Amino acid sequence: MGAMIEIKNLEKRFGDITAVAGVSFNVERGEVLGFLGPNGAGKSTTMKMLTGFLDPSGGAALVGGHDITADPLAAKRLLGYLPEGAPLYPDMTPESFLLFIAGIRGYSGDEARRRVADVVAKVSLQGVLRQPIETLSKGFKRRVGLAQAILHDPQVLVLDEPTDGLDPNQKHEVRALIRSMAKDKVIILSTHILEEVEALCTRVIIIAKGRMVIDCKPSELAARSKWHNAVRIDVEREDAQRVRSGLGEIHASAVEELESRNGCASYLVSTKDRRPIISEISQRAQAEKWKLDGLHVEHGRLDEVFRELTTVPN
Amino acid sequence: MRNTIVLFKRELAAYFTTPVAYVFICIFLLLCGILTFYLGGFYDRGEATLGPSFFEYHPILYILLIPAISMRLWAEERKQGTIELLMTLPVTLPQLVLSKFLASWAFAGIALALTFPLWLTVNYLGDPDNGVILASYLASWLMAGGYLAMGAFVSAITKNQVIAFVLSVIVCLLFLITGVPAVGDFLASVIPSDTVVDALRSFSFLSHFSSIARGVIDVRDLVFFASLIGVFLFMNAVMIELKKAD
Repeated sequence: MGAMIEIKNLEKRFGDITAVAGVSFNVERGEVLGFLGPNGAGKSTTMKMLTGFLDPSGGAALVGGHDITADPLAAKRLLGYLPEGAPLYPDMTPESFLLFIAGIRGYSGDEARRRVADVVAKVSLQGVLRQPIETLSKGFKRRVGLAQAILHDPQVLVLDEPTDGLDPNQKHEVRALIRSMAKDKVIILSTHILEEVEALCTRVIIIAKGRMVIDCKPSELAARSKWHNAVRIDVEREDAQRVRSGLGEIHASAVEELESRNGCASYLVSTKDRRPIISEISQRAQAEKWKLDGLHVEHGRLDEVFRELTTVPN
Repeated sequence: MRNTIVLFKRELAAYFTTPVAYVFICIFLLLCGILTFYLGGFYDRGEATLGPSFFEYHPILYILLIPAISMRLWAEERKQGTIELLMTLPVTLPQLVLSKFLASWAFAGIALALTFPLWLTVNYLGDPDNGVILASYLASWLMAGGYLAMGAFVSAITKNQVIAFVLSVIVCLLFLITGVPAVGDFLASVIPSDTVVDALRSFSFLSHFSSIARGVIDVRDLVFFASLIGVFLFMNAVMIELKKAD
């Protein structure tokens, strides 16, 4: 048995525009794949092909071994999908909407009601079940969208920007929910928020101009940053000069002065080969009795890696 | 089949969760009443029939009212983005097209059935041929189905319900107007071929409607409406396939 999701050289052209130009990857059970890329890079288009909304111009997408174009019903039964912006029927209530989804998923009577009650509890929709969806806040709407995606406990969950437009508390809730389901499913989610990838995903794919530019673990992504293992050091202003020259003596390093805050001078020390230098610095600090205010190791700046990878000079 | 029923139920319920259904039914019944009693001269005729005073106005009444039912079918779905939700559920496109059409047709049927007080009135006042009345109701409903299939197709072309409405009115009008005698004569004077003129005339709802409404249920008329509905639903599915991503 192959991977739960197999994407083979998937392509999509709209007229002369190539939205997705040959994307291939597999996803196994238990993986949470973060799908990153600038707007218009082809994230949503790839997800729309994977879920069977758009037909690929080339290549194939298989869900649980079922080709989404050749055997769409079997593939779609395994899928739960939250489209971008969580589209819903504004006139329906969450209850009637979820019962409708339950019907389509093949449940009826008590089984349907039990399924709906389960997901309602999972995403905390109890208070708004009988209100028209159009009167709900963005956070509740997103939860209704999530509820319909997970109602049949799908093996594969595809979420297109699940936390977009939510406030920090709502984001936290949605992430907790995704994390709780991650163990025995395949989850693919797209996002703009890089921290979300670190917090949720076991794997990250960055796509730019319709092509995959990287496929790795989130920690490896951070390691690509030139600030990986860099040390940020805050010292009291009076000691700044001494520390600055001391830092300059560390082998093959670059020292950058950062914006100072509350009367401290801050420096960012990095090396070309990104080797760990924290112990070297702390030894020197102790030996020379620097008046330190703070000492932090940078793990790498994801936004900088992201920019580097997605704005390749032509 | 199961899926079609679930989808059908949602679609039909959707008419009644908004005021649209009630407004539509009220206006339909109001117009039916006005046309029958004022323009149709229901009482002045002094005969117990519904044909000339009631059913005769349906082809024209439907041109404005049926597009109001059908305009939202796909346009709204695409505007809201719910089409993406719908088409990634384990349902087929034919199931979607069929369930939407059937729900709108059922809704039209409900509105039509609510004109029953007229039927009661005519039975109270006299002794009408109820067979003819039943056939007329059938003809009217079939014609509504034809208009709805066209409207559903047009609704699949655009995201904008107003455009869908206006285009549907025009398409429906085209399928009516060739049967109007004056237009028929005009066509005959510009088009030299009689066969073409006859073909155009035979596409008009008017002739097929009035022959069933007279109580003559001819298979050819039934086949006309059934195949017209079939063709437009097929085109509807093709159009969705083409346009869903826009």
